[in-house]
Amino acid sequence: MATTATGTAPYTRDHGHVDDRSFLRKYIFSTDHKIIGIQFLLMSLTFLLLGGTLAMVMRWQLGFPGKPLPGGTLLPDTYTSNGVVLPEFYNSAVTMHGTFMVFFAIMPLLVGVFGNYLIPLKIGAPDMAFPRINMASFWTAVPAGLLMLAGFFVEGGSAAAGWTSYAPLSARSDLSGVHLGQIFWCLGLIVLGLSSIMGSFNYITTVINMRAPGMNWFRLPLSIWALFVTACLVLLAIPVLSGAAILLLFDQTIGTKFFEPTAGGQPLLWQHLFWFFGHPEVYILILPAMGMASDIIANGARKPVFGYTSMVLAIIAIGFLGWGVWGHHMFQSGMNPTLGTTFMISTLLISVPSAIKTFNWLGTIWQGNITFHVPMLHALAFVSMFVIGGLSGVFMAASPFDIYIHDTYFIVAHLHYVLFGGSLFAIFAAVTYWYPKMFGRMMSPFWGRVHFWLTLVFYNCVFFPMHQLGLHGHMRRIYDPTQYAFLREVQPVNVFISISAFCLFATQFIFAVNFIASWFTGEKAPNNPWLDNGLEWTVASPPPHGNFGATVPTVYRGPYEYSSPHSDKDYLPQNLPMPGGLGSAHPQQAGD
Amino acid sequence: MAHAAAMHEDVMLPPPSREAGAGVYNEKLGMWIFLGSEVMFFTALIGTYVILRFAHPSSWKAPGQVLNIPVTAINTFLLICSSVTMVKAFAAAQDGLQRQLRLWLLATVIIGASFVGVQVYEYTHLIEKGFVPSEGLYGSTFYTMTGFHGFHVTMGVICMMFVTARAFQGKYTKDDHRGVEVIGLYWHFVDLVWIILFTIVYLI
Repeated sequence: MATTATGTAPYTRDHGHVDDRSFLRKYIFSTDHKIIGIQFLLMSLTFLLLGGTLAMVMRWQLGFPGKPLPGGTLLPDTYTSNGVVLPEFYNSAVTMHGTFMVFFAIMPLLVGVFGNYLIPLKIGAPDMAFPRINMASFWTAVPAGLLMLAGFFVEGGSAAAGWTSYAPLSARSDLSGVHLGQIFWCLGLIVLGLSSIMGSFNYITTVINMRAPGMNWFRLPLSIWALFVTACLVLLAIPVLSGAAILLLFDQTIGTKFFEPTAGGQPLLWQHLFWFFGHPEVYILILPAMGMASDIIANGARKPVFGYTSMVLAIIAIGFLGWGVWGHHMFQSGMNPTLGTTFMISTLLISVPSAIKTFNWLGTIWQGNITFHVPMLHALAFVSMFVIGGLSGVFMAASPFDIYIHDTYFIVAHLHYVLFGGSLFAIFAAVTYWYPKMFGRMMSPFWGRVHFWLTLVFYNCVFFPMHQLGLHGHMRRIYDPTQYAFLREVQPVNVFISISAFCLFATQFIFAVNFIASWFTGEKAPNNPWLDNGLEWTVASPPPHGNFGATVPTVYRGPYEYSSPHSDKDYLPQNLPMPGGLGSAHPQQAGD
Repeated sequence: MAHAAAMHEDVMLPPPSREAGAGVYNEKLGMWIFLGSEVMFFTALIGTYVILRFAHPSSWKAPGQVLNIPVTAINTFLLICSSVTMVKAFAAAQDGLQRQLRLWLLATVIIGASFVGVQVYEYTHLIEKGFVPSEGLYGSTFYTMTGFHGFHVTMGVICMMFVTARAFQGKYTKDDHRGVEVIGLYWHFVDLVWIILFTIVYLI
């Protein structure tokens, strides 16, 4: 019988056959979700390093304004003068740091890497629903990144209107002084949007249609729930950003008037479109982190996740509420006060499901027999730092307070507490947790601990004092704080932050070396190094092409049966049949 | 369409020995989800149009003054016809009628391509008259909205040509005609978007 191009391939391919694909098909243009996940990992870690380097340029300028940047003389004259960072380059660094970190580091690290790697393995599927579209998704993300990078090599330098690219600054080159760079910024985002959409409908289809028998919705690991809801947010939010970026691109290139106030266009429209995407984006960047941290905390505490159902409902609630809060980014942009109050209330509401999750994590750890492995340390840091970032978020949700601290370092502190303290610690947790599965080797736990503690200390030294700077009135995007008399007295804080930031950056090389060296010399990983219940730990490390071979796993229970009295071990894999009907592939009959 | 009770493995349904999913095969589910993102894309464009027009109505001319409504009305009729031929093609595929399937698909391709052709003709005339995207908000929104719709029709025609070529190779049977159904979903969506765009851009 003839089949279509996409065929029945995902279900019938490679049942125990010898893998005879060429190197190119196996590692470069692979349709295997695991290889694509690893490709995304390498790409986004590269961008993470790049974004971090730009942050160091900013911190040098803020800590030591007017002093030559070390190595600054190597940069072109349009970037530095006698090694001193020029204001134009500072603006580029601010813009591209934000752009790289949000769109090319954190987002692909969470969604691209772990969405790809974990979804099929954890739900017991041989691959994604559309393996070739999955490959196209990665190979669209790469040119998007190159387009963004290209801005640095064209006349006028890269985009410099901030990562939010507010019009008309971003739309008119006579205002920002950057023409080609802004165009490349728009093109990069539009192409990346295509990649994200291809990824997201793939994930959603896979989770809905390809779960192993017995893997009903309420036996899904929380990481998969979070990635599923995230994929829905990506699917619906990214097209709005693409639309906005297209309008901006037309304003820049063919002279349309969307954001041009002199012709009746509306700069505020950009802000609405951007933040209508931008606030769901915030949850795109934190939900997968929450989900994966839940998995790791339950594993480290050797206890079932406290309140699994409420965790799932909280994820779904965040997914819905995230659409109705974008106006809180615009309290200062000119808004009907009644509307401002509405956005304030909806924003305060969204902290409820986040708080439910936080208390459930505490409940999970409570009286647990805690194993402090490296992923667990990072996951615990995630919870603690997320609480700090979340609390400052509640401050800012209140519009009277927000008007006072708007566009100050208080905001910078808040967003880094959730994005670095939240998302990035969870990413470190997840990378160290699934590294043995990805590469078949263990990362060094000693260097993992060193990296963790130094990162935690320096991270707090960098970002906590920023709250204080913000309350002092330190503006967010300024080139030289010492120009202002009222900021001169807090300049020592800036120096302290900068030195801590350099140490934080240097610490990341411990992780980089550990990551690369363990790939070649790490101890061979067993199938289940963390004694976890998930389906991915029942197969070899790394799993073969096709994941589970000819045998589709049958799932009998949820993923968090740690310290079960019914098992002689302290864990109970999801696919292990137990005598006496404990757990069932059909819970509706057995009353699971 | 064959049902799960059929003796052989039915590829139009999700694979057996799996947890119950959406009850449809992956390609169809994937297309529905993808269309969700398309809805959001056009919502962004249409929302932009509505906000700009309400705030600055003087940038718009009365309907029919700049845009040629009769020509576009005929074009709209063409696109609706192509949805009908698509439905006929899908019905033929369900019944396994190869000759009808090929003819109806071919008709859809030709009518779809004609729609794009008429749009290009319309654009060249408007540009000759001096109605260009940089003219103001009217031109900006007109070309962006109809242009992106035209782009979607063009993509649809290209995919439809691919499906038609496969139909001529006899790749779509009574038991497996997923490609026809999936491209049909997309085609009807693009048609629907046009009916909204024609109303708000040309008639109001």
